[in-house]
Amino acid sequence: MSELIRVENVHKIYRMGDVEVPALRGVNVVIERGEFVAIMGSSGSGKSTFMNILGCLDRPTSGKYYLEGEEVGSLSRNEWAHIRNQRIGFVFQGFNLLARTSAVENVELPMMYNGNAGKQRRERALEVLALVGLGNRVDHLPNQLSGGQQQRVAIARALVNRPSLILADEPTGNLDSATSNEIMGLFQRLNAEQGITVILVTHEPDIAAHARRQIQFKDGLVIADRPNEAVAAGPVGTL
Amino acid sequence: MNWLMTLRIALRALGRNKLRAVLTMLGIIIGVGAVIAMVAIGEGAKATIRSQIASLGTNVLVVLPGTLNQGGVRGGSGGVNTLVDGDAKAMMSEIPSVTFASPVMRRPEQIIAGNLNWGTLTSGVAPEFQQIRDWQVAEGRFIHEGDVESAAKVAVIGETVVTNLFGNDDPIDAVIRIRNIPFRVVGVLAPKGQTSQGTDQDDTVMIPYTTMQKRLMRITYVQSIVVKAVSAERVAEAQEQMTALLRQRHRIGPDREDDFTIRNLSDIAEAASNTAQVMAILLGSVASISLLVGGIGIMNIMLVSVTERTHEIGIRMAVGARSRDIMLQFLVEAVVMAATGGGIGILLGIGTSEVLKLWANWPTLVSPAIVAVAFLFSGAVGVFFGFYPAKKASTLDPIEALRYE
Repeated sequence: MSELIRVENVHKIYRMGDVEVPALRGVNVVIERGEFVAIMGSSGSGKSTFMNILGCLDRPTSGKYYLEGEEVGSLSRNEWAHIRNQRIGFVFQGFNLLARTSAVENVELPMMYNGNAGKQRRERALEVLALVGLGNRVDHLPNQLSGGQQQRVAIARALVNRPSLILADEPTGNLDSATSNEIMGLFQRLNAEQGITVILVTHEPDIAAHARRQIQFKDGLVIADRPNEAVAAGPVGTL
Repeated sequence: MNWLMTLRIALRALGRNKLRAVLTMLGIIIGVGAVIAMVAIGEGAKATIRSQIASLGTNVLVVLPGTLNQGGVRGGSGGVNTLVDGDAKAMMSEIPSVTFASPVMRRPEQIIAGNLNWGTLTSGVAPEFQQIRDWQVAEGRFIHEGDVESAAKVAVIGETVVTNLFGNDDPIDAVIRIRNIPFRVVGVLAPKGQTSQGTDQDDTVMIPYTTMQKRLMRITYVQSIVVKAVSAERVAEAQEQMTALLRQRHRIGPDREDDFTIRNLSDIAEAASNTAQVMAILLGSVASISLLVGGIGIMNIMLVSVTERTHEIGIRMAVGARSRDIMLQFLVEAVVMAATGGGIGILLGIGTSEVLKLWANWPTLVSPAIVAVAFLFSGAVGVFFGFYPAKKASTLDPIEALRYE
């Protein structure tokens, strides 16, 4: 396994008027390729801020962030956009699909920003939708799909440009527990079968239990970082 | 992201809010339509005024013999007899900016027809005089070349003369007498009305100038030559060339004064043409203001649209849209609205000017140049007023935008 992410002494301070609010206070994390990591912590622990920095959406106030060996924390907006497009797939709590746009077109969206030709783009989108089990729902609009199906579309969109990293921010927060388990099973399968690194942010212990490694945040610091014995060595959960 | 895809996204976004897009375009439609219709009316009025002025004779020049200067006493114009009919013919054949030239002799005469008589101005002219004054013949014919060559005793008479000498009788082929010489009436001139000085132009009798020279006045020179230039713009050029030609024909040395005078009415033409130009500019600028207002409407709606679609912008940025992609998307949307509005506005403007021409009988003139300018301008309005909202969209913070509901 090679190193995918290295975060060195990252601080993030938000300025609210005259008051400085520290969100991260010196975080050090290394994540290898192919890992399935759950980032846990209560609201305000700094886990979302950490996630935004990993996703090249926010800039650390100080410290270094290396993605695949390259320091990316200080790149420009456009360079970040390119990294998000090519190397990172996002899955959000609220699905964040484009309304009134069919499932397959939602999945095609990231490919529109790297100049893929029309036919090739459609083929790839259909392929990924089949992979997440929505091969028969490609022309449905988001409001014609259930929450679980919408999240599958979002996962397909995250996968479409073959990223090395998937960042999932509370992906089951809006789903019932049965559907949550299905979605987590999908992440586990992608991680095991496709070798995609998955980083999951959650505050629910039973969701975090699906990951092979758990990192606990509190008050802007990592307070625990341990392998999850239950799944670390064992077989992947069923879909 | 390529242009075609950007265009498709823009069209789809507009299609989702058809009513709003149409209402937004309405500002541009009315603006462009107004510009085209107003300029068409202005241009039409200008052309009409031009042709009316031309009929007054603004491209007409008059050559008079020079003044007699004897020992410091200078007589009035026409004091010497230096012009001959050859001068008229030479000007017509040798100067390209001159279309027609005709000798003109004028003398008041008493005309007798049967037991009636009438005093009027008799003019000796060449056939070209008809084109120079743009004077139609109501009945019969005008004087022709053969009449001039043979110094024929034929006359063309004006409406007022007909009324006073013939009443309701047909004057064609009737005989009138001038100084006891019988003339056959070959034509009646169409009525022209009064001049601005109140002279009745229809109170006239025209005969060949050669007949006037030989039979009535017994002279060999001509009193004046009337010349028509190609256009009002080329009057000055014609005047220069005529001066050069006449000086050469009259063998006038470089240090001697002209033995003729050339007069023209170009000042009037210039003033009237300027008036029409001012009117056209005024109409056009008033209409341009409505185009500007239409552009502000686009900016307004684009700003609303950016706010409404903040979440969408956040999603697009998260999956890798660069600032440029977002900017282009909104800019293309604004330009599509402006250009579509411009296209419809052009049709509306042309339609309006055609309707005015047909039903209100206004002389309108749609120039292709103004259509092209209006279209390009509406596109530019889209870029100009779409730029700020597009810039605003492209600089949104993706985290904030994603959180926006």
